[in-house]
Amino acid sequence: MSVRHAILALLSEGPKYGLQLQKEFESSTGEVWPLNIGQVYTTLQRLERDGLVESDETESEGPQKGFRITDAGSTELSSWLTTPPDMTSPPRDELVIKVLSAIRVPGVSVHDVIQVHRRYLVELMQQWTRLKEDEADFDLTFALVVDAELFRLDSVVRWLDMADGRLKRAATEPPAPSTTPRLARRLVVRR
Amino acid sequence: MSFLELRRVSKSYGEGVAEVHAIQDVDLHVEGGTLVAVMGPSGSGKSTLLTIAGSLEEPTSGEVVIDGASLQAMSRNDKARLRRRTIGYVFQDFNLLAGLTAVENVALPLELDGLSGKKAHVAGMVALEALGLADRATHYPDQLSGGERQRVSIARAVVGERRLLLADEPSGALDSTNGESVMRMILAACKEGVAAVVVTHDAQLASWADRVVFLRDGRVVDQTVPPPSPEALLEESSRSGPWR
Repeated sequence: MSVRHAILALLSEGPKYGLQLQKEFESSTGEVWPLNIGQVYTTLQRLERDGLVESDETESEGPQKGFRITDAGSTELSSWLTTPPDMTSPPRDELVIKVLSAIRVPGVSVHDVIQVHRRYLVELMQQWTRLKEDEADFDLTFALVVDAELFRLDSVVRWLDMADGRLKRAATEPPAPSTTPRLARRLVVRR
Repeated sequence: MSFLELRRVSKSYGEGVAEVHAIQDVDLHVEGGTLVAVMGPSGSGKSTLLTIAGSLEEPTSGEVVIDGASLQAMSRNDKARLRRRTIGYVFQDFNLLAGLTAVENVALPLELDGLSGKKAHVAGMVALEALGLADRATHYPDQLSGGERQRVSIARAVVGERRLLLADEPSGALDSTNGESVMRMILAACKEGVAAVVVTHDAQLASWADRVVFLRDGRVVDQTVPPPSPEALLEESSRSGPWR
């Protein structure tokens, strides 16, 4: 997540002070991710340098200095909101590497390795779900953050389930001859 | 004390070389007020485990004990009474009777158990009201949405004095929002003291449970340990916030 763009989004509602931005940022992320005030001011200085925000024309620095978004800042914000993050190539995922490695290690059951990670992820999901239990304490932004985390963990569990099933089938069925050129199947992995 | 106990329960189908072991030596204990999820892929034995726990099927070996009474020692009639009075079932495809209204569906198990039509109707309305469905009581299943049908089937499963709730993929084809509602309702029943077992392949549903048991090839291979407080999770998240 980009603090830079989150601050632009908050300023798109109207001019604000640094301290106010810090509080609103935390509130807008369901207070799951606190933000250091120093990081707010460093980011504001860079945004101002790049012409994306402007500050009050006072000499005062610190909590009483107000900031507003510029036209260039609004354009940058619109562009960022609708630009998909780069997901064209798979990230170098430690869990994927562990499972791929487990296949090759003599005396290690890849299914047992998968189960250890599956249980860990489900336990994490149980903790996140506990946070949802009391709906009365559950505000909208917090709900969205918790849902995002649950779906992220769930997708990893699904991959483990799929891998488990695929490896089980592969152990009993001979692989079908490949008709796809090896080179075309090579993936570019993000570091 | 556990309300439901499976002791070294096995179930196999067929004989000789054609014999298939659906579940093997399964031990499972579920206390009143506890929600246990059983996770596993298709064919891992989840549904067999549930039908045996609910006395809908006999195990090949092992023992099932419900509320301190062994099912093996029970007559057919006693088991039928147990199913009517104590056990509620929630199925993936709801299993509501199309010719009955929502409240008639919910009241049916009580009427079958000998309660007067009027009293069963009142109890049915109470169960529907608790799940926010009072205004749908006179609707037929085909007049209800998928989410509403599943809520009616949960009302039917918890109506009266049922103390054991068994659910097989209860969110079925429902979307995530309705799936969450279903789990909240099951959890609410557990808070009232009901013991519940939900079998599912869905980790998001399973994560509502107090304990998750993992089945592989008919055997229990693992289970979760009680999770630490969620506050620890938030502290960890705040240390590793996802911004740059």
